[in-house]
Amino acid sequence: MKNNFDRMLSSEDVMRRRASFLQRIHIDGPLLLILLTLAAGSLFVLYSASGKNWDLLMKQASSFGIGLVSMFIIAQLEPRFMARWVPLAYLAGVFLLIVVDVMGHNAMGATRWINIPGVIRFQPSEFMKIIMPATIAWYLSKRTLPPHLKHVAISLILIGVPFILIVRQPDLGTALLILASGAFVLFMGGLRWRWIVSVIAAAVPVAVAMWFFVMHDYQKQRVLTFLDPESDPLGTGWNIIQSKAAIGSGGVFGKGWLLGTQSHLDFLPESHTDFIIAVLGEEFGLVGICLLLLIYILLIGRGLMITAQAQTLFGKLLAGSLTMTFFVYVFVNIGMVSGLLPVVGVPLPFISYGGTSLVTLLSAFGVLMSIHTHRKWIAQV
Amino acid sequence: MPQQIRLKDHEKDARLVRNRVVVGAVAVVLLVCVLIARLYYLQVIQYDYHSTLSENNRVHVQPIPPTRGLIFDRNGVVVADNRPSFSLVMTRERAGNAGKWQDVLDVIVEVLELTPDDRALFEKRMKQGRRPFEPVPILFELNEEQIARIAVNQFRLPGVEVAAQLVRHYPQGAHFAHSVGYVGRINEKELKTLDPVNYSGTHHIGKTGIERFYEDELHGQVGYEEVETNARGRVLRVLKRTDPKPGKDIVLSLDIKLQEAAEQALGGRRGAIVALDPRTGEVLAMVSQPSFDPNLFVTGIGFKAYAELRDSIDRPLFNRVLRGLYPPGSTIKPAVAIAGLDSGVVTAGSRVFDPGYYQLPNYDHKYRNWNRTGDGWVDLDVAIMRSNDTYFYDLAHKMGIDRLSSYMNKFGIGQKVALDMFEESPGLMPSREWKRATRRQAWFPGETLILGIGQGYMQTTPLQLAQATALIANKGVWNRPHLAKTIEGQPPVDENPMENIVLRDKSDWARVTHGMEQVMHGARGTARKAAIGSQYRIAGKSGTAQVVAIKQGEKYDRNKLQERHRDHALFVAFAPADAPRIVVSVMVENGESGSGVAAPVVRQVMDAWLLDENGRLKPEFAPATVAQESAP
Repeated sequence: MKNNFDRMLSSEDVMRRRASFLQRIHIDGPLLLILLTLAAGSLFVLYSASGKNWDLLMKQASSFGIGLVSMFIIAQLEPRFMARWVPLAYLAGVFLLIVVDVMGHNAMGATRWINIPGVIRFQPSEFMKIIMPATIAWYLSKRTLPPHLKHVAISLILIGVPFILIVRQPDLGTALLILASGAFVLFMGGLRWRWIVSVIAAAVPVAVAMWFFVMHDYQKQRVLTFLDPESDPLGTGWNIIQSKAAIGSGGVFGKGWLLGTQSHLDFLPESHTDFIIAVLGEEFGLVGICLLLLIYILLIGRGLMITAQAQTLFGKLLAGSLTMTFFVYVFVNIGMVSGLLPVVGVPLPFISYGGTSLVTLLSAFGVLMSIHTHRKWIAQV
Repeated sequence: MPQQIRLKDHEKDARLVRNRVVVGAVAVVLLVCVLIARLYYLQVIQYDYHSTLSENNRVHVQPIPPTRGLIFDRNGVVVADNRPSFSLVMTRERAGNAGKWQDVLDVIVEVLELTPDDRALFEKRMKQGRRPFEPVPILFELNEEQIARIAVNQFRLPGVEVAAQLVRHYPQGAHFAHSVGYVGRINEKELKTLDPVNYSGTHHIGKTGIERFYEDELHGQVGYEEVETNARGRVLRVLKRTDPKPGKDIVLSLDIKLQEAAEQALGGRRGAIVALDPRTGEVLAMVSQPSFDPNLFVTGIGFKAYAELRDSIDRPLFNRVLRGLYPPGSTIKPAVAIAGLDSGVVTAGSRVFDPGYYQLPNYDHKYRNWNRTGDGWVDLDVAIMRSNDTYFYDLAHKMGIDRLSSYMNKFGIGQKVALDMFEESPGLMPSREWKRATRRQAWFPGETLILGIGQGYMQTTPLQLAQATALIANKGVWNRPHLAKTIEGQPPVDENPMENIVLRDKSDWARVTHGMEQVMHGARGTARKAAIGSQYRIAGKSGTAQVVAIKQGEKYDRNKLQERHRDHALFVAFAPADAPRIVVSVMVENGESGSGVAAPVVRQVMDAWLLDENGRLKPEFAPATVAQESAP
């Protein structure tokens, strides 16, 4: 008895010490440190990739600022508060996606934006990147784990509706990421291995049957170009040929900052957005990319730690999914630029130029911080 | 028995998630290893290969533009082909970095003794270049002296080359300028809407006519070459080549001999001629005079030459066949007669007394017949033959605007009728709704009357008049007029077909045709002079389109009117009347008399098509019975 009491006392002591300034404003120190490192690195690479464009650099820096503010605000919200409002946010998100769909059809073209001139302009699909895993986490956290078939089915419907709406925009890249973020919640929730295996096993014959019986020739051609971009060297293949040459010519140590010839001679298209890793690879070599990957692993490691330490099931599932989805970003982008994966428009998190994706990513890390810093210490399981 | 209650086992849930976190972490580490392996492969194992590519040599993907499809007339005479032409191309990257290419432009201007205006044009063209290593053509049609001068000064002109390329050429000159159209350089607006890949090697695009309408078919599919070049841009070897797919060839239904005959028949006057085969909708000749040489536009027409064409009072650039809008005048009467018979407001036997004018009950206004003395009692046959206005005022009044408008729409008035012609005007068939929407006024009965004789708001193109006549010749069966006979052997497909006109009594077609035959062959026919000595029966109708309005009670006095204010002469006809093989519609600008001026033109066009060199009806057009009789 006394022993127990002692332990409790000592742990409270530790807590008091840890409840530092950062703890009180709900900011996780290690995460913040890693994020700021990435931000600095991003501006450094971007300066070279954009051809020394200060305006662009300033825009990126201010997007970082906005993102940090958004992260800070979200970190203040209690996870329980989030769980309460998530269903409503999900419905709102789906509604906005439908609005975008209808508007897109009226405008006779694709659109991803909700635009009320002078008031607000944003992409509902970005919003869904956080709401999607949160919704599935909310739903599953109320059921027994591992989830029953019925609950898996309902989760899949919840994932499927926004997925289809975003595919129709058409924005396959984002749709797949949102699909992945929902699927990771199921995975974290202990989806049975045999179901995972059987879904993969079933997908193969279905795809084969589609190929032979359903798809038209032009659709097949599109899939082929998608899978093997180098067969279309004037279109998407052009980027891959050039980005591979850029990365490959960097060697182990790279050509040096601002000295990449591929990117500076305009050979490399989109060098400051989706293909920025090629600039990094050319100028800083294998060492540079490995360093970046190391930082990413630290970030993901911290995320998984937060997942393991989260107190509520909702927090665990959400944190796990957000972290794993973040890794998918990294893997898909680098895989695509280095010619391992088909080209889908996925930016390299924190490094590629683009304000919207920055704000979304930092908001997601705000959720992680909130989950980590709102734990009730006494009742820890 | 109490139901079993399942309690959430938090400890178990946490353990489950923790296991999955471990699995996730392992997956992350493994996949990062895959990425590192890939990068190791690219950056260490393939380092030499890639650094060679990037440093000393460069891989270029060069588009190979497809050869544009050829255009032939119906007998295989070439109407549009591609011929080699030398042009000066410049590659920005090879001329030196950042602005150095501008200095090279100065040298070019000096060497070729050109003007600052040319230099400004070169600079504009260079700036349209998409990629710095893609050669941009800046000067076309180099002559031999220019090529020699460039060769001698080559050392001062880095990145400048003389390149041979195929350029569109129209060997028939002005004959088909209004039907086939022309290609021109792709402008900035078009650049934004084009498929950047398929057009990556193409510099020209169809601007008007067939060239524009069938641009996708004529253009073909781009090919490409992956080449390795050294630092100075010389191609060292071709790594991979995919051949372009040439554009499809188009065979037109136009006949160059008939086209020339038709132009001759117009004899230098301004006007338009369309000849159709009513059975198929094939356009046999399409003349809009004056015309212009489409070759001028291919490589870029000079500003002065263009201004001259654009500002000419004769409007050579104006396509009168497709865009010229004229009130149809009496040429619409056969179609109105069909409408009257089918709706039952007149019969073949019903008669109207013509005192020389028509009056609506309770109105003072007199609607004049062209023949002020009047034709007495007229029935349908006589009304068409004599082009009697009073009969058609009466018919239109009884029919009312709604029915008239709907029948005329079926004949293609107020609609685009062609299958494959660029920028065709739909013309105008007024209706109550139209007037309310555009003028905010109610419809007046008097406006219906003058529509009956093709005056008023109604506006038609010569092509529409030809099609309306072809419908009578073809007994209501619609074939949209088209210029392309086949595209790579395939006939064009009408994706938006018009509904055939089905009459309650099919013999009404023959009744109206008979009236039209009387116009040409009857003793009192208005155009009987034009049919004298013809080897075949013609069914026709004349018309005049007013250019300036004549006040009530005033007479048309040609001497008072300036030449350009005189009436346009119209004539439509088909032949042979019993088995129609050709429909001709003629508009002579300020020609005044449909039967006097336009009808002889129609006759000449028909003769050119139907008669052989001895002036006999060609056997394939002869009526079947005659052919049997003459057989031994």
